[in-house]
Amino acid sequence: MTTMTAWKARVYVTLKHGVLDPQGRAVENALKVLGFDEVGDVRVGKYVELGLAAPDRETALARVEEMCRRLLANPVIEQSRFDLTEAQGDS
Amino acid sequence: MRWAVVVFPGTNCELDCHHVVADVLGQPADFVWHKDTSLDGFDAVVLPGGFSYGDYLRTGAIARFSPIMGAVEEFAAAGRPVIGICNGFQILLEAGLLPGAMRRNDNLKFRCHDVHLRVENAATPFTNRCRPGQVLRIPIKHGEGNYHADRATLEELERNGRVVFRYVAPDGAVTPAANPNGSLNNIAGIINERGNVLGMMPHPEIAAERLLGMEDGRPIFESIVAYVEGTAGARWVPAAAARARSRETPGKGGAADGR
Repeated sequence: MTTMTAWKARVYVTLKHGVLDPQGRAVENALKVLGFDEVGDVRVGKYVELGLAAPDRETALARVEEMCRRLLANPVIEQSRFDLTEAQGDS
Repeated sequence: MRWAVVVFPGTNCELDCHHVVADVLGQPADFVWHKDTSLDGFDAVVLPGGFSYGDYLRTGAIARFSPIMGAVEEFAAAGRPVIGICNGFQILLEAGLLPGAMRRNDNLKFRCHDVHLRVENAATPFTNRCRPGQVLRIPIKHGEGNYHADRATLEELERNGRVVFRYVAPDGAVTPAANPNGSLNNIAGIINERGNVLGMMPHPEIAAERLLGMEDGRPIFESIVAYVEGTAGARWVPAAAARARSRETPGKGGAADGR
């Protein structure tokens, strides 16, 4: 039987470069109202944390990549990247 | 003909759609729960508006994987008419049955008011009861209707008459002010390449009877009936033929073609 390892993935979904981000623009305006005049290029994205079981790192990477492609990000307007770490204890 | 009105958890316009089809048009119509897997016996499918799955992750992103969507894809692949309204449009985009994606409205507002739509293609299963260039007054109610597609897709849509409705001023002019959400090229509704799947953000089902003050949405449902019953005057011209036609009459159908 394959030994399964618990992994933790941290997925970041952001709008592709060049796709207008109305939320980012509003946040940028609000920051400027607060006096942060130096702010620019604010982009609002999503952060998804998930745990998964996989026999090895390579498999886990492939699975999370597929999750991003099929559901977590919409490739028409979004891009995604993720970190993968071995889950510590019960976390 | 028999209509299917698909209901996802969070759908909230199914009663209005059913009412128009069943009571206003007098057509047999059934609700189909998203866990069903068959559309056998139906001739037209409505994906109504609402907030399926609470709009979690992205609008339509989770509903797109509901069991019924396999049947919707088969139904569409068989060339039968599917209309997605508002959230239904968003689901069709996520499912890849229509190209592009929705972003949040550029003004960050939930826009809930009447808009004017220009019928850009009156030869589809959804608009054969409209006149080309006719301006319809129909309400919108959405926060994420800001249509986006890459440049190549957009050009393809425009070239082949696949932009069916555009947000316009009451006189039919395409203006930035008439665009309620930032949609590229003022796009309010598009069809698939084959012409049997329509997505539109405005809600024709709440503008389909005089009692409610607006009737401009009714021809859209009547067009589907005419199409299914084979009485539509104008038939959808497939993409290749449309391409040939647009080559003969350059300048037609482009975004800059504000009449």
